[in-house]
Amino acid sequence: MGRITLDKVRKAFGDVEVIPPLDLRIEDGEFVVFVGPSGCGKSTLLRLIAGLEDVSGGEIRIDGTDATNLSPAKRRLAMVFQSYALYPHMSVRKNIAFPLKMAGLDKAEIDKRVEGAAKVLNLDSYLDRRPGQLSGGQRQRVAIGRAIVREPSAFLFDEPLSNLDAALRVGMRLEISELHKRLATTMIYVTHDQVEAMTMADKIVVLQAGHIEQVGSPLELYRTPRNKFVAGFIGSPKMNLIEGPEAAKHDAHTIGVRPEHLMVTPEGGTWTGKVGVSEHLGSDTFFHVTVPGFAEPLTVRAGGEVDLHYGDQIHLTPDPAQIHRFDAEGLRLA
Amino acid sequence: MARAVTTQRKIVFTAIAWIIGLAIFFPILWTILTSFKTEATAISDPPVFFNFDWTLENYAIVQERSDYMRYLWNSVVLAVGSTFFGIIIAVPAAWSMAFVPGKRTKDVLMWMLSTKMLPAVGVLYPIRLILIEMNILDSKGALIFILMMINLPIIIWMLYTYFREIPGEILEAARMDGATLKDEILYVLTPMAIPGIASTVLLNIILAWNEAFWTLTLTTVDAAPLTAFIASYSSPEGLFYAKLSAASTMAIAPILILGWFSQKQLVRGLTFGAVK
Amino acid sequence: MATQHSRSAARLMMSPAVFLLLVWMLVPLIMTLWFSTLDYRPMRGTFDCCEGLGNYTRFVTSSAFLDSVVATLQLVGGVLVITVVGGILLAILLDQPIWGQGVVRILVIAPFFVMPTVSALVWKNMFMNPVNGLFAHLFKGLGLQPVDWLSQYPMFSIILIVSWQWLPFATLILLTAIQSLDSEQLEAAEMDGAGPLSRFGHITLPHLARSITVVVLIQTIFLLSIFAEIYVTTSGAFGTRTLTYLVYQRVIESQNVGLGSAGGIIAVILANIVALVLMRVVGKNLDA
Repeated sequence: MGRITLDKVRKAFGDVEVIPPLDLRIEDGEFVVFVGPSGCGKSTLLRLIAGLEDVSGGEIRIDGTDATNLSPAKRRLAMVFQSYALYPHMSVRKNIAFPLKMAGLDKAEIDKRVEGAAKVLNLDSYLDRRPGQLSGGQRQRVAIGRAIVREPSAFLFDEPLSNLDAALRVGMRLEISELHKRLATTMIYVTHDQVEAMTMADKIVVLQAGHIEQVGSPLELYRTPRNKFVAGFIGSPKMNLIEGPEAAKHDAHTIGVRPEHLMVTPEGGTWTGKVGVSEHLGSDTFFHVTVPGFAEPLTVRAGGEVDLHYGDQIHLTPDPAQIHRFDAEGLRLA
Repeated sequence: MARAVTTQRKIVFTAIAWIIGLAIFFPILWTILTSFKTEATAISDPPVFFNFDWTLENYAIVQERSDYMRYLWNSVVLAVGSTFFGIIIAVPAAWSMAFVPGKRTKDVLMWMLSTKMLPAVGVLYPIRLILIEMNILDSKGALIFILMMINLPIIIWMLYTYFREIPGEILEAARMDGATLKDEILYVLTPMAIPGIASTVLLNIILAWNEAFWTLTLTTVDAAPLTAFIASYSSPEGLFYAKLSAASTMAIAPILILGWFSQKQLVRGLTFGAVK
Repeated sequence: MATQHSRSAARLMMSPAVFLLLVWMLVPLIMTLWFSTLDYRPMRGTFDCCEGLGNYTRFVTSSAFLDSVVATLQLVGGVLVITVVGGILLAILLDQPIWGQGVVRILVIAPFFVMPTVSALVWKNMFMNPVNGLFAHLFKGLGLQPVDWLSQYPMFSIILIVSWQWLPFATLILLTAIQSLDSEQLEAAEMDGAGPLSRFGHITLPHLARSITVVVLIQTIFLLSIFAEIYVTTSGAFGTRTLTYLVYQRVIESQNVGLGSAGGIIAVILANIVALVLMRVVGKNLDA
């Protein structure tokens, strides 16, 4: 079981309120991602749930019981830290066994569970090494192993992939998702990377300055961002946001069009602009197009290989069904 | 990174470094050499360096005149005892300051250090009186306590700078893993901090071994360590260079050897957070 | 960055150290403060109340007081200058690629392990003695008049002895600091056209600032209470009577506890002023 409920949870450091009162429900077995720019309070929120920080107000319930004042050790949660936080003076085996030893399990049971976790995570042959002798990806696995042996009611991940290189990150992303499917245990995952959020989450919580901007499934957030911030944060490359007369034509203060919803045509089109820098990824090409009258260049996605060059003039047409409209406060207009 | 160093340059620097190094070491070398000379050779002019009849008689005389082993034992007990109790009190305090820093942590640390700046003479008389009143003047227990107290701020500071290098996340991980505070300090922090604790212990054994104010003013016989042993040779009738040298060598040899063997650990811990 | 639970645990774990240091500081200090207002001379059996500030005025107005402050400043300042400058130069030298670096380091570090009484005795008798000392032999060998170091240049001699003891400490800390300097910084400066001297001035020296403050702080703590070296060499004669030593003489040698205690309190106040200044500087430097 791993149902976690936050009820008017608030956190202040001295006079600075980093998290204004906030409500959140996390269902058993869900994969929830907290995402937001750095300093948005997502890690603090995770640490509040872990019990590594005190709440300044409100209540945290885990499986229906009040855990607000429980010490981290008693919350039955496991955490994977950004730096992995492995114990450098213990072998991999001892690292994974540590929480079981603390729980007072007998030796045979500890050995059985450690072997089991090592098998799942492909760590069998490294059990007697020290963390210092492992690669980044292997250390990551040890940290996960240490978390899963306890059979916690929920896993907490604090930016676990940010210290890995790009290729490994994709692999570990899949492994963690796979693990979630197999264990079906609640996972709360903090990241600043919206790609991780989109690919892994059942439910994304977008945070900014301690506020929850929107909660929803990845596709909900992609399709119907509740405000300009979420619109700009979710999706890669970022959504183009256009203000002024063009937005007024749609009865909005700002309109947003994703790069993938702009069509390039040789003639006609709604907007005309000049091609700036283009980024060829092979499967896609992204153009940065300067349109006279727009404050910022538009980003446009085109199919694989398009024969357009710096300085070429092109015509763009937004998909009318995919125009997002926002009011002066940045809220979505129905 | 590396660049070819001209041999010529290396020779010049090596020569300068060795000359300076030997010059700094010379007083110790000279003392050791003199301790093996006869009194006549010890003051001969011009001085002789290696070319003399080596003798051990000075050591025998010194041992006979003043019971070296008793002083040595006292030095060991005072240095090790004060360091041991100091570490036991300092580790929890340093843990608190390093991992649960508050607004006043720095002030507390600085206050602790400032107690070391209180001139000992200012409080010598009252402390003597207290010890006499409690009938523990010239007792090892009292000296262990006093030496522990005067070095405690240094111990705490060294441990504090060491602990601060240990990422707090690892201790948090232990907490998440169900470790109590005791487990956290015993199984995670202490093993990780072993190098730091080792160098702290070393430095404090050296400081306690060489402490010469309290040990000279508060001991007479029972608790007198090597500082008192050597002080008895400063009186005019003890002024025989060879015997003085033998006594000096006996007083410094244990700590010199310990220091040399452990200089790597010591150097690492000696930075007091001065090097990041 | 922590919970209420760990904060109260922290307070609990700090309390033994704080309590002991507080007692260690306050009890004798209050007794000294009390004695300083008495006419307390145990040898004569006087233990009379209410000198008021008499002991203080007598202590401060005696010519010995001002001299002792000057002597203290000379000693501490002299040793600090020699050890810091010498330490920087030695550290740079030891940082160069040389043969037998480890052995040289062992030679340089050795004086740190020598107890002050021993080093004072050895220097006084075997080096600075005007008849049988090595320096005297050396001077005679060169056809010069031997110098009676401890009576002709007493302060200089003591500064020399104490500097010899503390140079290793300064060198070690500064060497560690120099070795921690990122060589890319120096290379960048070299690419920017900086010569060896300006590289030292603009990069190495600022990098050492933090270590130098730590060296100054730690050494000042120990130098202010220098005792054995003076006790063994000059016993405070010839202008080497530091404040510490003056108080010692008043309390122990002349057994005037009232007067000496007043001196002790003054020494404590002066030391605290020094401490305050140093802590400000160091506290700031340690934050950075």
